[in-house]
Amino acid sequence: MDSTLALQLLIQGVLLGGLYGLIALGLSLIFGVMGVINFAHGQMMVIGMYISYWIFVLLGVEPYLSLIIVSAAIFVLGYVIQSSVVNRILDYPEAMQVLPLVAIGIILENTALLLWGPDHRSPQTAFSLDTIWLGGAMIDVSRLIAFSMAIIITLAIFIFLKKSNMGKRIRAAADNRMAATLVGINVSRINNFSFGLGAATTGAAGALLLPLMPLSPNLGHDFTLTAFIVVILGGMGNLVGALVGGLILGVAESMSTLFLPATLKQVVSFGILVIIMLFRPQGLLGGKK
Amino acid sequence: MSILKVTKLSKRFGGLTAILELSFELGQGGILGLIGPNGAGKTTVFNCLSGFHTPDSGEMIFSGKSLLGMQPYQVCQAGLARTFQIVKPFLTISVLDNVMVGALIREPSIRKAREESMEIIKWAGLGSMAHKEAEGLPLPFRKRLEMARALATRPKVLLLDEVMAGLNPTEVSEIIELIKEVNKKGVSILLIEHVMQGIMALSERVLVINYGSRIAEGTPAEVVKDEKVIEAYLGKEFLHAQG
Amino acid sequence: MNRLYILLTAVLSILLLLPFFLEKYILGIFVMIFFYAYLGQSWNILTGYTGHISLGHALYVGVGAYTSTFLAQNYGLSPWIGMLVGGAFAVVIALFLGYLGFRFGLRGVYFVILTIAFAEITRLIVSHVEALGSFSGIFLDFNPGFWNFQFRGNVPYYYIALGFMVFSMIVVRILEGSRAGRFMVAIREDEEAAQALGVNAFKYNMIAIALSAFMTSLAGTFYANYIFYLHPDTLFGMALSIELILRPIIGGLGTILGPALGSFILTPLSEISRSYFAKGGFEGLHLILYGVLAVLVVLFMPKGIIYYAKRWLNPILRLDKKTVTYTEKRKEAKAES
Repeated sequence: MDSTLALQLLIQGVLLGGLYGLIALGLSLIFGVMGVINFAHGQMMVIGMYISYWIFVLLGVEPYLSLIIVSAAIFVLGYVIQSSVVNRILDYPEAMQVLPLVAIGIILENTALLLWGPDHRSPQTAFSLDTIWLGGAMIDVSRLIAFSMAIIITLAIFIFLKKSNMGKRIRAAADNRMAATLVGINVSRINNFSFGLGAATTGAAGALLLPLMPLSPNLGHDFTLTAFIVVILGGMGNLVGALVGGLILGVAESMSTLFLPATLKQVVSFGILVIIMLFRPQGLLGGKK
Repeated sequence: MSILKVTKLSKRFGGLTAILELSFELGQGGILGLIGPNGAGKTTVFNCLSGFHTPDSGEMIFSGKSLLGMQPYQVCQAGLARTFQIVKPFLTISVLDNVMVGALIREPSIRKAREESMEIIKWAGLGSMAHKEAEGLPLPFRKRLEMARALATRPKVLLLDEVMAGLNPTEVSEIIELIKEVNKKGVSILLIEHVMQGIMALSERVLVINYGSRIAEGTPAEVVKDEKVIEAYLGKEFLHAQG
Repeated sequence: MNRLYILLTAVLSILLLLPFFLEKYILGIFVMIFFYAYLGQSWNILTGYTGHISLGHALYVGVGAYTSTFLAQNYGLSPWIGMLVGGAFAVVIALFLGYLGFRFGLRGVYFVILTIAFAEITRLIVSHVEALGSFSGIFLDFNPGFWNFQFRGNVPYYYIALGFMVFSMIVVRILEGSRAGRFMVAIREDEEAAQALGVNAFKYNMIAIALSAFMTSLAGTFYANYIFYLHPDTLFGMALSIELILRPIIGGLGTILGPALGSFILTPLSEISRSYFAKGGFEGLHLILYGVLAVLVVLFMPKGIIYYAKRWLNPILRLDKKTVTYTEKRKEAKAES
C-alpha cells in the first residue's frame, strides 16, 4: 500500500470531515434545542449550494465571499420553516414530527429540480483546480479553504453559544424549556432563531462545498443521512461530538477508497452506524438519549 | 414475614448520589409509607425496584427472589407493579382497553381478561366510563385508572407513587378507601406520598428519607414528632422555635 | 357497527364487479390503488400500531421483488414460492434492524435513521451486483401463466391486488383484537407504562416489524410480475418509501380503513397530476404537491381523514358509541339539565 496515497487520503478525509462536522453541527443544535430532527437538513444545504452557485454565475462573487449572504438566506428559510410548521408540532408524538420535515425536504428538493433541472453543475470557482503539496501529499486548495472556514465557523458558533446573551438563552431553552419560559425567555423566538442558526450553518457548508462537488438537486438526502450518522456517532445534541463524528466519518470514508470503489463509500458510513448502534448507541461523546 | 426486603441500596447519577445504602422491609400484607422532602430519592427507589434504573449496589429481594438485573416487564410479571407519579394512561384507547393490557399479562384469553378488567373497573368506580377514551378523563379518574391497570396484573406488591397529588380532600378520602380495599385483598403496598392525610390514614409504618438516606422510621405518630423529620421538612429554625 | 359492515360489503361487491365495466387503463389505476393500499396497510402494522416510524420500507418491497425474480430467472422457481422466500429474507433483515433499534429502548429517531440507512445501503449494494442487474436493472420476460404469476391483461392483476388489499385488512383486524395487537398499541401510546404493566416491549416490537416486513415483501413479487422491470433506485429508493407511507398517513394511521381510504384518494390524484405535470419542464411538481399535502394533513388533520369521515358519517352509520369522550358526555348531561 502506497503510504503517500494513504496520507493523502487521510488528509483529504480530515478536510472533508470538518465540513461534515459543520453540517452535523447545525443538525445537533436543532435537536439539542427543540428535540426535533431536521429531516430536511441536507436539502437545505443544497438550496444553499444553489444560491451560492447563482451568485457566482450571475455576479461573479466567489462562494467563500458570498458565504455570509448564503447563510443569511438559509437562516431566513430555517426561521420561516420553524415558525410556520415546526413550532406547531413540538408536542406531537414523534411519528408526527418526522413526517412534516421529511415532506419539507421533498418540497425543497423538488423545487430545486423544478427550477433548475436535474443536470449536474460544476462551476469553475477560483481555486477549484488548484492543489498544493503538503509533505508529499497532494491537497486540493479548495478543500483546505473549506475546512479552515468550517472550523472557524464552528468555533465561532461555540463561542457565540457560550458567551453571548442570545447563546445563553439558547442553551437555557435547550436544557429546560419550561424553566426557560418561567425566567422570561421567549422560547418560541429562541426556537425560531435556533432553527435558523442550524439551517444557516448547513447553508454555509453548502457554499463551501460548491467548489468541491457537482451540484444537483438530489444531493440533499444523501447529506441528510450522512449528517444523521455523524450526529449519532458523536452523540445527539452534543456539539463537539458533531465535529468529532464528522472528522471520523470523513477519514473513514476517504480511507475506504483504498479498497472500495468510490460509489460504495456510503457502505462505510452505514457500517459505522451499525457498529455504533450495536455497542454505543448514545454516541462516542454521549448525548441526549 | 417480609415480602420485600431492600438492603443497602445505592444509586448515583453522575456526581449526584440519589440513594445511599438504604435498607427497609415491607411485611406481607402491610402498608409502608415512604415520605421525604422533594428530591429525597423516593421515586428513584421505585425506579430501582421496578427495573427502570439499575442500582449501583445493594440488594432487593422480593418473595425470596432478587430483583437485580430484571427488566421492568419481568418485575411486573414477578408480581411487583407500580404506578407513575405523572400518570401515563394509554390516551387514545378506552378505559377498558387500558386495563385489559394489564389483565392480559395474566390471562391470555381476551374474553376472560375483559371480564376481569370490567370487574376491576367497576370496583374502582370507573364503571360508567369503561368505554370512554382515556384522553377524556379528568385527573382523579386517571389516577384510578392507573391503579386499576396495575391491579389487573394481579400484583403481590403495589408501588403507589403520589397517587393523591392534585386531588381535592374528597377525592383523597375516596382513594384512601380504595387503597384500603386493595390492601384487604392481600396486596402489600409501598406508598410514596406528600399528602399527610393519606400517610396517616393508611400506613402501618412510615419510612422517612432525605438526601437518599433514612432519617427516621416508625409508626406515623412517632415519625411526625421525630426531630430529624421536622428539621428536614421545616428547617432548623422551626425546630429551635419549637423549643 | 353492523351498518359499517353493510357499507363495506357493498363497496366490496362493487369492486368485484368493476372489471366488467371498466377499460384497461382505468383498471390499471385500480390495481395501483389496491397495491398501495396493501403496502400502506403492511407499513401500518409497524408504524400505526407500535408507533415506530419506518422511512425505508421500500427495502422490503425490493427484497421481495428481487428475490422472487432471481429465483424464477435462475432456478425456474414459481414466484408464488419465491414470494415466500423473499418474505423470509425480509423478516431476517427486519429482525436485524429491529434488534439494533429496539434493543435499548432508544428514541424513535434512531430507528427512523436505521430504516433509511438500511434501504439506502441495500440500494447501493444491489446497484453493484451484476447478478441482480447492477445499474441497468432487470427485465422480466413475459411468460403468462398462473404459476409464473404473470397474466394477460389487467383483470387477473386487479383481482389479485384486490385480494391482497382485503387480506391485509383482515390481518390488521385480527391483530387489533388480539393480545399481541393490544400490547403493540400500548407500546405506541406509552412504552414505559406498557413495560411497567409487564409487556415485553422488545418482543412485540420485533413481532410487529417482522410481520410488517413479511407482508410488504409479498407486494414486491406482485410488482415485479406486473411491471416487468426492476431497478434498485425504484425498488429501494426513498421515493417509494415516501409513496407508501403517504396514504396511511392521510387516510389515518393505526386504523383498518385508513390506508385504503388514503389510497383511494391519493392514487388517482397522483396519476392525474403525474400525467398532467410530467409533460416536460414540470417534473417534480407532483412531489412538491405531495409534500405540501403531507404537511397540511399533519398540521390540520393529524388523525387522518378516516377519523373525520367517521364522525361525519356517524349519524348515518351510527358507528362507535364507544369513542364518545367523557367530556362530551358531560356537556350532553349539562345541556339536558
